[in-house]
Parts: sequence; C-alpha cells; structure tokens
Amino acid sequence: MRTVSTSLITQTVEQLCIEACYKIGDDVKILLQKARDEEESPLGKWILQQFLDNMHISREEQLPLCQDTGMAVVFIELGREVHVTGGSLEDAVNEGVCRGYEKGYLRKSVLDPLTRKNTGDNTPAVIHLEMTEGDRIKITAAPKGFGSENMSRLAMLKPADGADGIKKFVLDTVVRAGANPCPPIIVGIGIGGTMEKAAYLAKKSLLREAGKPHPDKDIAALEQELLNKINETGIGPQGMGGRTTALAVHVETYPTHIAGLPVAVNIQCHAARHASAVI
Amino acid sequence: MIKKITSPATTEEILKLSAGDMVELSGILLTGRDAAHKRMVEYLYKGIPLPFDIKNQSIYYTGPCPAPPGRIIGSCGPTTSFRMDGYTPLLLDLGLKIMIGKGQRSPEVVEAIVRNQAVYLAAAGGAGALIARCVKKAEVLAFEDLGPEAVYRLEVEKFPLIVAIDSRGSSIFESGPAQFRI
Ligand code: SF4
Repeated sequence: MRTVSTSLITQTVEQLCIEACYKIGDDVKILLQKARDEEESPLGKWILQQFLDNMHISREEQLPLCQDTGMAVVFIELGREVHVTGGSLEDAVNEGVCRGYEKGYLRKSVLDPLTRKNTGDNTPAVIHLEMTEGDRIKITAAPKGFGSENMSRLAMLKPADGADGIKKFVLDTVVRAGANPCPPIIVGIGIGGTMEKAAYLAKKSLLREAGKPHPDKDIAALEQELLNKINETGIGPQGMGGRTTALAVHVETYPTHIAGLPVAVNIQCHAARHASAVI
Repeated sequence: MIKKITSPATTEEILKLSAGDMVELSGILLTGRDAAHKRMVEYLYKGIPLPFDIKNQSIYYTGPCPAPPGRIIGSCGPTTSFRMDGYTPLLLDLGLKIMIGKGQRSPEVVEAIVRNQAVYLAAAGGAGALIARCVKKAEVLAFEDLGPEAVYRLEVEKFPLIVAIDSRGSSIFESGPAQFRI
C-alpha cells in the first residue's frame, strides 16, 4: 500500500484546473492549423486564425482561453494499492477546484439548478472515479463549457435502428446544434451500455488525443465516416459556412442489452480543455 | 476586406453592413447577459427607468472572467445570444442598435432588427483572451450585484466581428452553410 495525502490531491486538482483553462493541447492546435490551411471559406479561415491567435495569447498572457471556464469535470483513476489519507477524496477534489478557480481568475459558473443561486466557488465538481491497477492516482481535470454541453443529446435507439440510426442521430444532433457550440467541434459519442454508461463514454472519449483514431479498425472507420458527413453539412466555423464543422469524432462502445441501443453525443467546442497528472 | 465601424453607430453606417462582412469595431459597448436582460425588462414593465440609456447603444452578450491584477478585464468572449431572444425585441424597439453575441436568433428578433434598422454582429465564440486584448477600458455601469453578469461599459478597439444578421434581415447562418453544403 502506498499512501497519498488528500492535500496532494487538492494541490494537483488546483493546478490542473488552471492549466487546462490557460493552455490548450497541441493536438487541438495542430487540427486547427490544418483546418485553417484547408478551409475554403474566407470568413471561416479568418475565424480559425482568430482561434489560433487566441490560443497563443491565452498561453502567453496567462488568460483563460474562453471566459466560460466551465463546470469542473474531474476524472480520477485510483490505483488499488493507494491508500488516501487525511480526509475524503471528494472533499479534496472540490477544495482543489475551489482554489484553482479563485487563484486562476477563472469564472465561477456553478449554481443550484432550481434556486439558481451561485455556489460562489465553482464547486461541486462532477467527479468520475475508476479503480485501476497499481499504486498511482491519475487525475484529469476537464472543465466543460455549457455552450457545447447544452447541445449534447442522448437517445435510446431500437436495435433495429442499427448503425444507420446511430449516424442519423449524430448528424441530426450536430445540425440542430448549428452555431451554438462554437464550431469547429469535437464530437464524443458513446454507444452501448445503459443510459448513463453511454453518456459517460461519450464524455470520456473527449479525453482522447484529439483526432487519434480508435484502435479498433471498424470503430475508427465509423469515426472517419461520421467526420466526413458532419463536414459535408457546411455548417462551418461558428456556423457561418465552410468545410470545418468538426475537427474530430471520437467513438467509444460498450456491450449493451439485447433490447437496446443507447447512443449519447457529447459535443465539445474547440476549447477542448483537459489536463492530467499522475501522482 | 475588413470594414471599420464605430459604436455608437449611425443608422447610415448600419445600413451599409451586409451579412458575412468582416468588421472591426471600435468605441463603446455595454455588456449584458441573462440576468441583466431579465432585470432590464422587469424595470421596463414596472415603468422604472433604466439606470442607463440604451437608445442608439450597442450591447455585448458576455460574462467575463475576473480581471487578474493589473489587467483591465479577464477573458470576455461572447455568450450564446438566443437566450436573450425573449427580451430583445423590446430593447430594439427602445432604440438598441447593435447586438454582439454568438449563434442564431429567433424570427421575432430578426423581425425587430429589420423594423428598427439594427444589426446583429457575431464574435468568435471561444476567443475570450483575444477579445480581452481589444478592451481598453472597463467600468461597472449598473446592476453591480450581478457579479460577472453586471452591466459594464467597455471601450474597445478593433474588436473583430462578423455581420451575422444585417438590417435587411439576411443571415449568414443561413446563406453561409447553404453555400458549403454537399
Ligand atoms: S461553447 Fe466552448 S468555446 Fe464556446 S463559449 Fe462555451 S466554452 Fe467557450
């Protein structure tokens, strides 16, 4: 057994929240550069260039990439041989979110869903805990803006709907979202499991390096086909027309019940923020 | 070509803008999003005068991040405009001329834009740090208790924008994608 103190977890979450909001990954940057070079719409090109400039300014001047610094989604992969000391893991994560949002001058956007009263410190986080092998903890902070989260959808399709039904639902979701999720987007799709499992898979797929195909060839082919179809809609950067509607499509699957076909589509804007650390 | 415009703008300037134009705006903007809109409209229904005049003004839908020490403002990109749609026709009828945000608007808003010879401009959603650089001055104008949703008066320089819905009601969200749909 290896012991890890909750204060180290708090510290790590604090740093990861700030890092995720200031410094977008090179994977997204490379996809945006490629999109800018290939975009046929002059307006689209201009917008994509603004996103690249924005990334540069955000990194350089330590300003959040986007003012919607989101709700903090925190993924924890906890090794079986880790013993957490000093309090509850959940409290430690929330304390890290609270400190990170304060110290990083990030916007506090979390409130009670009914009274709409702001909690004041962007807590609580949405925490996903998974047990893994080993004696380490991997923490990933993925702040999620709601312009894109609001455009996400879930459907309990019929088995007879099959792959065609899935494709139709995904495309319909992207078209309905239009300009709202700040395209170009990354589309995270979870297929199978139960209702909540599909949603979780869709969200988790967004942590993958942007544009990296799924290791399974058939799933990778589905991703590519969906990406092409999405980019044929012409929605384009910011919904103003162009070739670049999505930068990538990520699909994750899980076995499901004989009677069902859950599909969740989690839309991620180009501000695809996540930062990880292993402690 | 990028057109230069100033805010407040004259009707003449606004009429010259067409959907899809790239513009750089300099001048004065008022900020306001969900909570500020709700309150403005509540005031108007109750007959309470607004603490600022919106006639001929420009509203920017944004809820900035807190300003780090030594900075004028934190990241301040646009928020989704359609959430303001229910309140917007009334404000346009009171003389609001320019709206800045992101995403489509309702048919009622488009009608009110045409009726009042106004214009809706779109900023690049997610370009908060870039836009913060265009802000030269920021001060709270009203509704301070609303925190990031308070109404600020901003002085901006060369704010990059796109004419999304022009004074004739043409929308780039319709004409743009149609041109590239396969
Ligand atoms: S959808 Fe994304 S890029 Fe757009 S405002 Fe929200 S967080 Fe920012």
